[in-house]
Amino acid sequence: MRKGLLIGTVLLAAGIAAGWGITMPRSDGPEVLAGLTPNPENGRRVFLAGGCASCHAAPEGENDLVLAGGQRFETPFGTFVAPNISPDRGAGIGDWSALNLWNAMHHGTSPEGAHYYPAFPYSSYVRATPQDVVDLHAYLGTLPASDTPSQPHDLGFPFSVRASIGGWKLLFLTDTYVMPASEDPQIMRGRYLVEALGHCAECHTPRNGLGALDTARWLEGAPNPSGSGQIPGIAPDKLDWPANDIAYYLETGFTPSFDSVGGHMAAVVKNYAQLPPEDREAVAAYLKALP
Amino acid sequence: MTTVTRLAALALGAALVAAPLTATAQSFDNHLAARKGEMQIMSFNLGILGGMARGNMPYDAEAAQAAADNLVAISQLTQTVQWAEGSDNMELSNTRALPAIWDDFADFQAKWASFGERAVALQAVAGQGAEGLGAAIGGVGGTCQACHEAYRQPN
Repeated sequence: MRKGLLIGTVLLAAGIAAGWGITMPRSDGPEVLAGLTPNPENGRRVFLAGGCASCHAAPEGENDLVLAGGQRFETPFGTFVAPNISPDRGAGIGDWSALNLWNAMHHGTSPEGAHYYPAFPYSSYVRATPQDVVDLHAYLGTLPASDTPSQPHDLGFPFSVRASIGGWKLLFLTDTYVMPASEDPQIMRGRYLVEALGHCAECHTPRNGLGALDTARWLEGAPNPSGSGQIPGIAPDKLDWPANDIAYYLETGFTPSFDSVGGHMAAVVKNYAQLPPEDREAVAAYLKALP
Repeated sequence: MTTVTRLAALALGAALVAAPLTATAQSFDNHLAARKGEMQIMSFNLGILGGMARGNMPYDAEAAQAAADNLVAISQLTQTVQWAEGSDNMELSNTRALPAIWDDFADFQAKWASFGERAVALQAVAGQGAEGLGAAIGGVGGTCQACHEAYRQPN
């Protein structure tokens, strides 16, 4: 009896250790970014395509480039508050290395080795290239600093336990693409913009009960993750606009019938309007190429 | 003050007090129809200008000017009565107007006013050729977006 208890305890401890081992926060070493030279100009393009300011800019701020955080996102799991990612060394991420940013975007792991919640869309950013992360890091460093402290998220149990995110990542965090590779470089660029940087699926694809994207219903529309209403589907059977109308919408915010973009998408259009036309055309080409 | 004017003042006062009570019982269908009608006229005229700017239809100075004039005319309609408090998407199923409109009604009005300013700028160039249309339409579009970003629910 006593021996059984002992074995049971040992097994339990081993199980916890193994579980901890496979669900603990991961990070890469400096070799992943070795030899890369930062290009802040491309970093701005990554910044716009990735929509960093749409969530991290201060809610009532006049300047979209002050990434003081503070926007609140009410979700079924609780309220997430976007943190300060301005280059302030205390309140922001001014003391982060490019590798810290890589591990945040690629593994959802903080410099202290803690899990980030996937409200930070690293399940899309995981596909960002090392060069783009290095460039983004350089660009973020050129933006104005803000000493506004980040506020804690307000989440209910069990979502308040960060360790549970390790299991979530194990199940759902992958850098494989949803659309198979194409021979067409324009579609490949569009795939990168939509599935990696643009993280379009985070709102346009429905989620399962654990809050992970249902890739079987890719870009088919979903309930608004933060607020009322429905995010429209943009898969071909939901959105029949010609490619040039999609590109025009991303540039001007006008639909083919000259309604205008609204909600959080207005922030996306504000960013995509500043990208080179070929990026808007690439997004359109990707959407038209979806099955 | 004569007795008649006193009585009239009293009656007016009573009407003002009663108004909110009757408002809660009324339907907002006409308010919504008026709002949607305004938006429809805006997108219709923007569509004409946008079609010319994009080269999807030939530029016609007279038609462009008329469309821009219409946008300015719409912008001059007062945006008060048709935006009655309570006619939001929490209370009604057939509108996407967010309750936030009435949290900061002055800001809502300011956003409408900035649409008017941009419409006037568009009016000034609409008849001068297709070249200037795109930028001026973009200016108007920015004001549409600002309001829809803050005050309209996604689909």
